[in-house]
Amino acid sequence: MLREITLGQYYPVDSVLHRMDPRTKLLGTLLFIISLFCANSWLGYLTAAVFLAITIRLSRVPFRFMVRGLKAILILLLISVSFNLFLTSGEVVWQLGILKITREGIRTAIFMALRLIFLVIGSSVMTLTTTPNELTDGLEKGLGFLNKVGVPVHEVAMMMSIALRFIPILIEEADKIMKAQMARGADFESGNLIQRAKSMVPLLVPLFISAFRRATDLAMAMEARCYHGGEGRTKMKPLCYRKRDRIAQVILTGYLCLIIGTRFIA
Amino acid sequence: MSIRAVNLTHIYGQGTAFEQYALKNVNFEIQDGEFIGLIGHTGSGKSTLIQHLNGLLKATSGELYYNGENIYAHGYDMKGLRSKVGLVFQYPEHQLFEADVFSDVCFGPKNLNLSQGEIESRAKEALNLVGLDESFYKQSPFELSGGQKRRVAIAGVLAMKPDVLILDEPTAGLDPKGRDEILGQIEKLHREQGLTIILVSHSMEDMARYADRLIVMNKGEKMFDDTPRNVFRHYKELEAMGLAAPQITYIVQALRKEGIPVEEDLITVEEARDAILRLIGK
Repeated sequence: MLREITLGQYYPVDSVLHRMDPRTKLLGTLLFIISLFCANSWLGYLTAAVFLAITIRLSRVPFRFMVRGLKAILILLLISVSFNLFLTSGEVVWQLGILKITREGIRTAIFMALRLIFLVIGSSVMTLTTTPNELTDGLEKGLGFLNKVGVPVHEVAMMMSIALRFIPILIEEADKIMKAQMARGADFESGNLIQRAKSMVPLLVPLFISAFRRATDLAMAMEARCYHGGEGRTKMKPLCYRKRDRIAQVILTGYLCLIIGTRFIA
Repeated sequence: MSIRAVNLTHIYGQGTAFEQYALKNVNFEIQDGEFIGLIGHTGSGKSTLIQHLNGLLKATSGELYYNGENIYAHGYDMKGLRSKVGLVFQYPEHQLFEADVFSDVCFGPKNLNLSQGEIESRAKEALNLVGLDESFYKQSPFELSGGQKRRVAIAGVLAMKPDVLILDEPTAGLDPKGRDEILGQIEKLHREQGLTIILVSHSMEDMARYADRLIVMNKGEKMFDDTPRNVFRHYKELEAMGLAAPQITYIVQALRKEGIPVEEDLITVEEARDAILRLIGK
């Protein structure tokens, strides 16, 4: 039941995108999002769609995994589409009472929907091809310059990766405790809200205890191996840009220029 | 009264890239009052199997009968089943949550909607069975030693008055004294209360000493199902599965290799001692 939740939806295959430096992928996602907000014509969205399709193809991740992320924003999508559809003023094409749809409204609604869909799929491509650890590594190195203004980048990144690492462990632990209490006749599914909240106590108390125990154990194990924060710390797999990253960066810049170019053509 | 599994199969993550067989066509029947030892390498499907026996996991295919009734039948009383088939998980002390020992043991019977008097008498009886006297009742379970915590957790399951008691490595992480105490109490429950016991363990010595029958799992399949003596005859095959026979069996084998005519299938230290004494006496 609980086991099926997976965080970070990394899809393990080998592709150019999987092998790419996480910083390039972060930058790429950022540029892609910027490009979506620059595009303001059919041509612009078509370019973005082609670019996205090629990226998906390169990632070798089945398309249905990309679409999964869309379920989460379905309601947001519906709301923003209907707002744009009904509340944009302009040339009326259909009217019922106070509800009216305008030509401009249809256009904005479609663009808005495309923008949101591309945005989600675009960032899914990144999370599907990058492990959570790579991602935090990329963020740590990519934002390293913030160290100079006093932001403890390494510590934040370390906290992030530990938190990410602990989520599946705690889910498994919760699953185990839940089963152990069910074996003692506990019922987590029926009853009214108050009864259900009460029935969580036998699950939450042991879960918190185990989380604290694991946290102190981990802190002890890190100190035993002389962990002392980010200063002077080296990496087992240091991030470095390779040829494919340079190529990707050139392509990305070209793509962004192209999108900006479409603004002037239309 | 029996547990019967027919072609029990369990697949984790069916239909995804991570599909994995945890159980493959497992068949067996366990009679009332048996002491079953369940052994297998880590990941052989033991833990998955025992979670089926009280309905915590549902088989992907196959049937499971408890006292002749199919537990997967529509409207089967799962809560009733869980009170009859008690399951003690690995490291059961991690499930303790109440402020004192007595209330924690009361949790199980309370869930069965019994009267307050019955709940308390069952809790007292259960704590008595695991050898914890009244001085422990008001202590916090978190202040006890590892072995005591574990006995509280086992009492928590015993207070449901199960007919079958399943224990998943009840001695893991305990010192030798705690180990012997726990196993001794399990054996006593079996002998005096007539409980059916299913014991998962990695200690072949314990298996040889306590179990009437051994079920050996390997990669989700049942490999052997026989008396310990007969199973340990296949020690070469057991080794191939990452298991072993009791130490004493190897000593006996070595003695035989040296030409000393002790019997071949000795599995406990006492048996071997007697056999060797007989030889010397001759």
